[in-house]
Amino acid sequence: MASVRNRPGLGWIRGIGLAAMTAAAALGLAPGATTTAHAQDTIKVGILHSLSGTMAISETTLKDVMLMLIDEQNKKGGLLGKKIEAVVVDPASNWPLFAEKARELIAVDKVVAVFGCWTSVSRKSVLPVFEELGNVLFYPVQYEGEESSKNVFYTGAAPNQQAIPAVDYLMANEKVQRWVLAGTDYVYPRTTNKILEAYLKTKGVKDEDIMINYTPFGQSDWQNIVASIKKFGSAGKKTAVVSTINGDANVPFYKELGNQGIKATDIPVVAFSVGEEELAGIDTKPLLGHLAAWNYFMSVDTPQNKAFITEWQTFMKNPKRVTNDPMEAHYIGFNMWVKAVEKAGTTDPAKVIDAMIGVSVPNLSGGFSAMMPNHHITKPVLIGEIQGNGQFNIVSQTPGLIVANEWSPYLEGSKDLIADWRSPMSCGNYNVKIGKCGGTAK
Amino acid sequence: MKFISAFLLCCFLLAARGARAQSADEAFAALGGTSFDDIRRGVEMLSLSGSPQAINVVTALQAGNLFVRADHALFIKNADGSFSAAATGAPAPDVSADSVRAVRVNNAVRRAVDAALGSLRLFSPDPSVRMEGAQAVFISRDPAALPALDRAIAKESDSSVKTAMEQARAAAMLNSDETDETKLIAAVAAVRSRGDMEARSLLGSLSGKSPAVSAAAAAAVAAIDRSQQIWGLLQSVIYGLSLGSVLLLAATGLAITFGVMGVINMAHGEMVMIGAYVTFMTQQTIHAIAPGLQPISLLLSIPLAFVITGLVGVAVERGLIRFLYGRPLETLLATWGLSLILQQAVRSIFGPTNREVDSPAWMSGATQLGGVTLTYNRLYIIVFSLIVLFALMAALRYTPLGLRMRAVTQNRRMAAAMGIRTPWIDALTFGLGSGVAGMAGVALSQIDNVSPNLGQGYIIDSFMVVVFGGVGNLWGTAVSALTLGIVNKFLEPIAGAVLGKIVVLVLLILFIQRKPRGLFPLKGRAVEA
Repeated sequence: MASVRNRPGLGWIRGIGLAAMTAAAALGLAPGATTTAHAQDTIKVGILHSLSGTMAISETTLKDVMLMLIDEQNKKGGLLGKKIEAVVVDPASNWPLFAEKARELIAVDKVVAVFGCWTSVSRKSVLPVFEELGNVLFYPVQYEGEESSKNVFYTGAAPNQQAIPAVDYLMANEKVQRWVLAGTDYVYPRTTNKILEAYLKTKGVKDEDIMINYTPFGQSDWQNIVASIKKFGSAGKKTAVVSTINGDANVPFYKELGNQGIKATDIPVVAFSVGEEELAGIDTKPLLGHLAAWNYFMSVDTPQNKAFITEWQTFMKNPKRVTNDPMEAHYIGFNMWVKAVEKAGTTDPAKVIDAMIGVSVPNLSGGFSAMMPNHHITKPVLIGEIQGNGQFNIVSQTPGLIVANEWSPYLEGSKDLIADWRSPMSCGNYNVKIGKCGGTAK
Repeated sequence: MKFISAFLLCCFLLAARGARAQSADEAFAALGGTSFDDIRRGVEMLSLSGSPQAINVVTALQAGNLFVRADHALFIKNADGSFSAAATGAPAPDVSADSVRAVRVNNAVRRAVDAALGSLRLFSPDPSVRMEGAQAVFISRDPAALPALDRAIAKESDSSVKTAMEQARAAAMLNSDETDETKLIAAVAAVRSRGDMEARSLLGSLSGKSPAVSAAAAAAVAAIDRSQQIWGLLQSVIYGLSLGSVLLLAATGLAITFGVMGVINMAHGEMVMIGAYVTFMTQQTIHAIAPGLQPISLLLSIPLAFVITGLVGVAVERGLIRFLYGRPLETLLATWGLSLILQQAVRSIFGPTNREVDSPAWMSGATQLGGVTLTYNRLYIIVFSLIVLFALMAALRYTPLGLRMRAVTQNRRMAAAMGIRTPWIDALTFGLGSGVAGMAGVALSQIDNVSPNLGQGYIIDSFMVVVFGGVGNLWGTAVSALTLGIVNKFLEPIAGAVLGKIVVLVLLILFIQRKPRGLFPLKGRAVEA
């Protein structure tokens, strides 16, 4: 196309073009100017959850609950006199992208706190970013422990707040003597199974009574594995499966259990990563009686929980939406953050981190949750059995709250470690035996 | 004398009736309790009480229709929503739904319910229900069911039900305090004759008994293990066939597009995914318009998925692949980009969460053939994949379109010179390959999650199958799919699922080094050029 400059008589096109550009720039700057002024009036909070990819099934609902919590807080007048603004990004179940998006949230969008992550690998990816840039992450999902960072608050369960009580329940109530530890092949199931194996051995379970099995993400062909579970369970001793299978591989796993006729009354399966959201899309009648261990169920019968569920279903405009444990963890984490900010009088992450320890807010099961010096919270442990409508029937509940053991006492490399972020110790992995911070952790 | 004994007999019977009524009252009181232990004891007492209401109450508890009021009175909810008193069966019209709550169950209560129903069902007029009862008692091994079993065996006429009841009695006796060794060894023999996993489980738990009995049990366990090993081998072959049939379904379409046309289509997995979503949409539509057709919705989705994915395939060929013939790297990249676009399009329309595709009733459950369990859904998929394969071979061999496709594959220029419209044939070939992938999606919706990522799990495996079998040869695809399936399934128990796949891949790479063109390569001057 010939340049306008060289064609006489078409100079007016240039003129219009210039005028358009100037107008656009002016208009562009003006809202820009107002947003900058506007931005100074809001507090920005980052939401770092996968909205696409293999983890979208679990994480999308956490983004939604954060939007609801921020909306509710704004209705109460915001925080420190300002409105809170949510900055949502999609790291798309891509672990390196989690780190990039975290950096973008902190350095570019200037958020003062981030609520996010689900898989342990995503958390491990973003950890260096938060520690380098001095921001704070609230991590709401049950995990394997063996970590305590100054910049992270872990509102999900550590193994002694989920896995160990589940095993205790099976030993006491179902008299289980043989164990199948089945998990997806990544860091969380591998570490949790190491801890559980060590724990079972301290309880006198022999090596030949433990079977450990790992499968890749998205495994759909469970015939062989379920048949070997059936065979392992036919040795004459009561057998149970402890499942750290993550993601939608759970669906064909449970279907195959039903197809091969394994009922919960014969070989019960207790899962740590299956909640109301994961059961929402499947027919749960064949799963009757299989168990899950969490710190919250949607079926908890307290007025706070009923109010929370009503608020949630109204906000989402869908009376069929379910609530689950990581959502309660975000509820607790967000309220704790608000309280800490009010206590510190500022949103500066460093001061908020110091002000958080000792903060206590109500949880949804009728008690209170407190932030301990190891950056974990106290939680009750609930064991539930799956019902035909996708809800859980609570069959066991700890009478009190459990403090998290983020460094497992059952593993060689971590049994001498504690975390205490109060000064003067101010250390995430203090070795009590040698009296030094930064003792080896494996 | 006779009068006195008759009088005593009457008193005894009345007392017994009274005692039974008393234990039924205790049972109902326990059932109305709050702890799971109380409810379990209530179920156990009720099954022994002889109350005629027992079977109704226990069945209602199993179905979730047993309710308790604040004053611990129990009610059964009927099908029409009204309530009847549990103890008497009389209707209770003044009970409202919000004044009662359901009696909760946990696994221990469920086990007690199964055991109770087992012994209560032994006297049903229907022989299949009596068989169910016998099987349930065998699994629960409840010694309290022994008297009921004795009575039932005495009046049983059906021989297979009688055998099941005798095995159940053997199981219950082995679990009781019986010490007579002859009886116990006879019981071990009866259980051994059953020979399945439940029998092995029972025999494995007998190590605490007297030496003679333990020895008999150990010998029985060894015998069962030996026969299970042979059945286990056969079972692995069946698993291998079912995995192979899944691979075959996914790879057949690729064998046509990659084999016949030489086009590397990275969007092949998405064709499978589209087929699965077509199944989902068909089910939703039938659910909305004609619920009576629900059982055959799966069969209806097969031709629909074929046509729709076939049309998508033709569109892809005409719109994208056509411009990139002879440029395999660009085709690879372009189809990879297309697969991302298709995934995100489906994600935007249907959402990122999985969609539920119901399995029809005739596809659920399993059947026992000797010591081998055949799950119905896998069985039907094996049959379906073979039908698809043979239909495709017939289409290629006997239809004019198939003839033209083969001509274009063997020598494109000569075929064009003979008047065959090669661009049109290319489009139809691609459409055919995609259509077959769509039908694979219908089958996969039954065994895998229907999500936008469904295709990603099958694309690599499909390429492996086609390369191993020999590009362009459908028989090669069939043999390679079944071989890879069986090898994978035999390796899985030894090496685990993750390592098993890695070993298969390494073996395949080594094989390709020796025979780069696969198991059954196509021969011909044009092909080898």
